[in-house]
Amino acid sequence: MAEKPKVAFYWCASCGGCEESVVDLAEDILTVVSLVDIAFWPVAIDMKRKDVEAMADRSLTVSFINGSVRTSEQREMVELLRRKSAFVIAYGACSQYGGIPSLANLHSKEEIFDWVYHASPTVVNPAGTVPLERFDDGHGHTLKLPTFYETVRALDQVIDVDFYLPGCPPTPKLLKEAVLALLSGKLPPKGTVLAPDVALCDECPRRATKPEKLAIARFYRPHEIVPDPEKCFLAQGLPCMGIGTRKGCEALCIHGNMPCTGCFGPTSRTRDHGAKILSALASEVDATDEKKIEEILAGIPDPVGTFYRYGIASSMLRRKIVEGNGGVSA
Amino acid sequence: MKEGETPRIGVYVCHCGLNIAGVLSVKSLAEYAGRLPNVVVSRDYKYMCSDPGQELIRQDIREHGLNRVVVAACSPFLHEETFRRVCASAGVNPYFYQMVNIREHAAWVHSHEKEKATRKAEDLIRAGVARAAKLEPVVRQRVPIHPAVLVVGGGIAGIQAALTLADAGKKVYLVEREPTIGGHMAQFDKTFPTLDCAACILTPKMTAVGNHPNITLWTYSDVVKVDGSVGHFTVTVRRRPRYVHEDLCIGCLLCIESCIYPDARVASEFDLGLGKRKPVYIPFPQAVPMKVVFDPETCIAVKTGKCTRPCVDVCGVEGAIDFEQKEEFPQIEVGTIILATGFKTFDPHRLPFYGYGRYPAVYTSLEVERLLNASGPTGGEVVLRNGKKPEAVGIVHCIGSRDENTNRYCSRVCCMYAMKIAHLIRERTGAEVYNFYIDIRAPGKGFEEFYDRVQEEGVHFIRGKVGDVTPETPDGKGRVVVSADDTLLGRARKIPLDMLVLAVGLEAQADANEVRRLFNITCSEEGFFVERHPKLAPVNTFTDGVFLAGCCQSPKDIPDSVAQAGAAAAEALALIDRGEMELSPNFAYVSAEECSGCKTCVPLCPYSAITLEPEHGKAVINQALCKGCGVCVAACPSGSIGQHLFEDAQIFDEIEALIQGVAANGEGAR
Amino acid sequence: MTPATNGHDPKIVSLFCNWCTYIAADSEGVSRKQYPASTRVVRLMCSGRVDPQFVLDAFAKGADGVLIGGCHPGDCHYSEGNYKNLRRYSLLKRVLTEFGIDPRRLRLEWISASEGEKLAKVIREMTEELRALGPLNLPEKIARPEAVAMEA
Repeated sequence: MAEKPKVAFYWCASCGGCEESVVDLAEDILTVVSLVDIAFWPVAIDMKRKDVEAMADRSLTVSFINGSVRTSEQREMVELLRRKSAFVIAYGACSQYGGIPSLANLHSKEEIFDWVYHASPTVVNPAGTVPLERFDDGHGHTLKLPTFYETVRALDQVIDVDFYLPGCPPTPKLLKEAVLALLSGKLPPKGTVLAPDVALCDECPRRATKPEKLAIARFYRPHEIVPDPEKCFLAQGLPCMGIGTRKGCEALCIHGNMPCTGCFGPTSRTRDHGAKILSALASEVDATDEKKIEEILAGIPDPVGTFYRYGIASSMLRRKIVEGNGGVSA
Repeated sequence: MKEGETPRIGVYVCHCGLNIAGVLSVKSLAEYAGRLPNVVVSRDYKYMCSDPGQELIRQDIREHGLNRVVVAACSPFLHEETFRRVCASAGVNPYFYQMVNIREHAAWVHSHEKEKATRKAEDLIRAGVARAAKLEPVVRQRVPIHPAVLVVGGGIAGIQAALTLADAGKKVYLVEREPTIGGHMAQFDKTFPTLDCAACILTPKMTAVGNHPNITLWTYSDVVKVDGSVGHFTVTVRRRPRYVHEDLCIGCLLCIESCIYPDARVASEFDLGLGKRKPVYIPFPQAVPMKVVFDPETCIAVKTGKCTRPCVDVCGVEGAIDFEQKEEFPQIEVGTIILATGFKTFDPHRLPFYGYGRYPAVYTSLEVERLLNASGPTGGEVVLRNGKKPEAVGIVHCIGSRDENTNRYCSRVCCMYAMKIAHLIRERTGAEVYNFYIDIRAPGKGFEEFYDRVQEEGVHFIRGKVGDVTPETPDGKGRVVVSADDTLLGRARKIPLDMLVLAVGLEAQADANEVRRLFNITCSEEGFFVERHPKLAPVNTFTDGVFLAGCCQSPKDIPDSVAQAGAAAAEALALIDRGEMELSPNFAYVSAEECSGCKTCVPLCPYSAITLEPEHGKAVINQALCKGCGVCVAACPSGSIGQHLFEDAQIFDEIEALIQGVAANGEGAR
Repeated sequence: MTPATNGHDPKIVSLFCNWCTYIAADSEGVSRKQYPASTRVVRLMCSGRVDPQFVLDAFAKGADGVLIGGCHPGDCHYSEGNYKNLRRYSLLKRVLTEFGIDPRRLRLEWISASEGEKLAKVIREMTEELRALGPLNLPEKIARPEAVAMEA
């Protein structure tokens, strides 16, 4: 019997949800396991970096990598997996676009460390300890920690990526389809996002309830109203990213009576997810007077968090900068 | 040439004589262009728009197999079409052409910084080349041109345009706001410099309009709504009630005679208040249509219903007079529109020191036209408000013209009509006539000769601005004394006058802005409608199918108005006789398999060109209605709407090339 | 050295509507009025065609400023494309601010076809303002901290 294809799963800066989604395959995981060898999966199997290093280059059929790249360790690991794999799939929103972790790009590393190790009210750190990349204990032992980068990156900003599985996390259905496609060798062109290239409205059960003329007179935040469970969120004044976000999730959030937050990312025709949805929603504001326009748009208090929730790392601007000093931090 | 073929671009840098070459290093620009990606040939040439320049492109298309052409020259408004035709004539889709504006946007505005101007031109050329590589062929759609024409305004320009078109067999709707056509010209007595009688030359044309089988004349009416675009405008006209059915009124005017008011006591609009009319009236004896009007403000039958209505009793046509008549809003279909909405005269109340409105001796020139007119309030006698004949008359030029406080422009006709008035007053009263002028402007056929003639007739010309106008008597009702510096004699003059005529300038109509919006055209700061090109497209506007004639475009005299009206009619005729027009190529389109049916675009379209197809709920754009603004393209959240000639990919590449060019300057092309 | 050649020359990408501001730029050329050579015009049919992506892309590619020029409110050749642009602009400015970009780097001006002088004035003002703000250098700022960190 021929050797089964080898598969690796790895996580970078992520919440672990993507790992869970693999388990969400439920009984299908048995099908998958019967077809492939899981060669590397730190969350589930005790294997070390040196085990991967020992593999022949391109001996892994595919690596599913979730999470964005924030540290030097993550970078080294994804570079290693890239060498060892025939295909790399960016798995989930963080890997594909930077995801929630890339919201940190709105702050400098110093600001983040200051908050996490000092300023946050839940921190108890009387010694003011902060992680160091190198620590000598004075007895000849040197401890090394990975470098914490200034900027969070999407996977393809670090290594070459073959395919993308979108979602926060991707749905088991998309994962299963991707695995089967890989095994059958029926592969789409390199760089393809393995989800339909049409926006969510197309499969939204509430599409018919969206009026042709939206004329948004007020925006609401989800906690401010109890949304009508049948009606288009935009028609209720709730910003919904579904108009500019890929379908393929089967409108999961909508079924949970929450507007789409955009985790599947933009269609292939869009270069900046947030800017495009911003353009669409702002265009439909029901005012012509500058003051009135601003008043209505003030109903979106956090435009970057709203339109770029999953995509700052892969947005056109990619991170917050500081004017004037040539660098990013004050 | 097929899609997907590798771009083979030819770049042509025009010298435009010295216009471009005098500032930019055209040779180095051509060399620079030659190093850009996909550029196969690059040349500079003296005049690209000339025949040999155009032939150069054709030859290169043949010899080098070019499939894209970039010309770096003037504004696309001038020669984009020229070079598109060149491409088409050599077998290249005309939309594989890209214009780069290095004249208006670089050479002319940075002539003091030649080096920077050349660097900028490099950037513009590189962006043009980048854009050209991304161009795609476009096949233009055609729309039929509805053969009917709307002419707005029934002054001499509108009349001339309407008659020209109607005589050519075209259906014309002529809409006039006043109860009669004729406009300002109907108010004049004589016309300069030939002194023909205005009525004698105008009235036959007015009658011809009234009788023409191809002209539907709607007076006392205005346009309230314009939908559609060139070829198929739908126009809504408001027809105000004149309380007389025009089809029934025979114009016998018995109703006027029989009116319950025996005397005319309402100030006549046509006579500028110098004469009186009754509540039922015709504006002047030669009015067209010869149909009476009941003025709703003063006719008590209309206003209160409490009148014995002798007019109805005397009217020989049953039902002709109808006090229940209501506004009507007929809709018409036309393919083209000519605007001839005319002008208003400057209101000298805005310059109080001339005493207009305070001293009865002060008149506007238009009022004097009425006094001079044989059918005017005095039967053509120059009689003052106090009943006397004037012995000394002053005419002040440039009232509301050539003045920073009012209008900076020259109204073009005032010098000449002032001299005409001077001549007529002198002829009829023998009065001494003094012209107070800044400069005499007499640059027209027979104009200078006329200036000589009135001087020979003894009309006085005093070069100097009027400093002060004071009444001779404390009650202000008698003569006025005009103080002026005679800059030729170099001394101050004080001249007592029985009559002071203010030669008021011409201004845009008060509602020019509303009219402009209605027809989707532009106005200058002064409110005159803007022509597409001041020299080469003087009757066209930026809106296809809408043309201009007469003083709504700028002040002009009667011959110029008539000539422009003829030109506007010819433009409309050219469209009608072609029968169809190509739609603008830059229309937007939805990619059906990409559209999610989110409906964002639907309400954004100002032309209702976007609808949802019923089966899958996807957006569809009607090409005939789309005008190619691209609002929907920018707003489509899934990037599923494209716009020919303004595709995202083209614009992104253009932007990138523009900026990265700045950084790469001096290092040549990458 | 004149101030114009002294120091940094800002790069402004100008997104102009075809019917008002582009014509204003043409007419300023015809009358040979001089203004700084800082702008590069991208001609669009309407300011309503301005996709916020164009603005962000211009900055990301290295522009120091972006100037959007459209017809005055009520005067849009396409009825109200300029209002749609105004709405996007209003929100886009806030987004730029959150990304640390000085909002003065994006400017929207209503410039009619007859306002060539206004156009020249706006370009002069904006050039001066951007010169005072200094270069934005976004490509470098985005890339540099990473380059440093990634090599560490």
